[in-house]
Amino acid sequence: MTIATAAVAASAPADGYLYDRHTLAVRVMHWINVIAVAVLFASGLQIFNAYPALNFGRSSYTGAPPVLEIGARVAPSGELSGVTRVFGAEFDTTGFLGVTRAADGQWEPSAFPHWMTLPGTRWLSMARSWHFFFAWVFVINGALFVLYSIASRHLARDLAPTRADLRGIGASIRDHLRLRHPRGEAAKRYNVLQKFAYLAIIFIALPLMIVLGFGMSPWLNSVFPGWVDVFGGRQSARSLHFIIAWLLVAFVVIHVFEMIVSGLWNNLRSMLTGRYRVTPGPSDE
Amino acid sequence: MNRPFRLRRRNARRRFLAATAAAASALALSGCDNLSRSTWFPRILDAAEPLNKAVAKLIGRRAVAQEFAESDLSPEFRSNGTADPGTAQYNAWVANGFADYRLAVGGLVEAPRALSLAELRALPARTQITRHDCVEGWSAIGKWKGVPFAALMELVRPKMDARYVVLHCADPMASDDTDLYYESIDLDDARHPQTILAYDLNGAPLPVPNGAPIRLRVERQLGYKHAKFVTAIEFVASFAHIAGGRGGYWEDQGYQWWAGI
Repeated sequence: MTIATAAVAASAPADGYLYDRHTLAVRVMHWINVIAVAVLFASGLQIFNAYPALNFGRSSYTGAPPVLEIGARVAPSGELSGVTRVFGAEFDTTGFLGVTRAADGQWEPSAFPHWMTLPGTRWLSMARSWHFFFAWVFVINGALFVLYSIASRHLARDLAPTRADLRGIGASIRDHLRLRHPRGEAAKRYNVLQKFAYLAIIFIALPLMIVLGFGMSPWLNSVFPGWVDVFGGRQSARSLHFIIAWLLVAFVVIHVFEMIVSGLWNNLRSMLTGRYRVTPGPSDE
Repeated sequence: MNRPFRLRRRNARRRFLAATAAAASALALSGCDNLSRSTWFPRILDAAEPLNKAVAKLIGRRAVAQEFAESDLSPEFRSNGTADPGTAQYNAWVANGFADYRLAVGGLVEAPRALSLAELRALPARTQITRHDCVEGWSAIGKWKGVPFAALMELVRPKMDARYVVLHCADPMASDDTDLYYESIDLDDARHPQTILAYDLNGAPLPVPNGAPIRLRVERQLGYKHAKFVTAIEFVASFAHIAGGRGGYWEDQGYQWWAGI
């Protein structure tokens, strides 16, 4: 603890004090990113619904069956059922995948249900319009964030793990599993698992999503012919784009969960107004 | 007595949060659907298309699509869209092996022509094994043989004011045999070495489901640009006066004219 923060903490009242956690730039870019990623995900699922299968290889028709396939089956009685095949194993997923209720309550063949997709009806061209507009929003915003993080030292100061962080990985994992979160001055810094999660998302997962998206474009494929084979071919790029999209959903679920258990309103306020309340913790006593 | 009350409050808060989140996402998605159905918002979204096209032309105007080996060929080349035009005229062509078929090449050209299949086959040919990327997300690899579009342009000599090539097709998109499929590309793409009018697929005459007797191959763009059952080629300065005015059947339904992504 530095002398300056010790002085502040010492003079702080018992319920702690507010400090500026997130700069305006980070807050604005965070929420633009939330909107862009949400639109990209929902419109991406609508695009997926046009060909609800995943293949690996240079094309969809290599002789090997898809690794994932979502479809609808019509019984002789006319009844629809949703069928999902994963690595050859078949599951009845009526209601969730393959056959779902439309907005009007009627059963319809649709890989992902309408409430997850943008638009909420079968409309590939509109989904593509949303997807490619918000792809620009996402890429420009993301590039600005990376430049800002380097220039403002947000990356070096707040995101890069320190030696002490690396030594404390084991303890941090234990703390996370027990849902124990640092209080006091320690709460002002990102913990080591948080740092690794953010770095992996910012510098690995999201850039990969962009490159894999490029990999599906026949024109961008041609700029360096064959580059998409790095991922195992164009259809592999599409499948990986889909899989990483769901890994991003997993990240968001964990991120929101951690925000809730470590103080929802405090965290939310810090990402809206910038102000974060530091309450005295055991380490400050 | 204090504890259960706090627990109840916590459960109530949790339910409130869950309900708020569900309502917010439903509201956001239905709000987005209203935007999709408005006239002004899709125009903003579609502002990305010229940007995508400009960037693509900047970084890869002369780039060539990846070509593959025989071992990469898809066992069967998937047919999508119209499998058989089924009109009286088309059925008659099929019945006599397209002997009466003529490809009309006209519009803004110095020397309009009507070419038989035999005449097309006598022109220089190019063979390429390429991947066909459908807008739906699937792809297939096929071996195409056909006339380079550039060779056809040498034959008919487009005039200076020609900017686009419109491909008119034999397949009706409406049940009453109207609304014929059409597509258009710019002269840049028309001159591209891999842009061909294909008459063979995988070493055999183009089958009906894949667009017999002639289909366009405009590699580096999505499948719907690769017009099948082509009957006429028209060089134009603008396609605004044709059908819906957006340069193609699917473009008139809202799909991007530049289909490189």
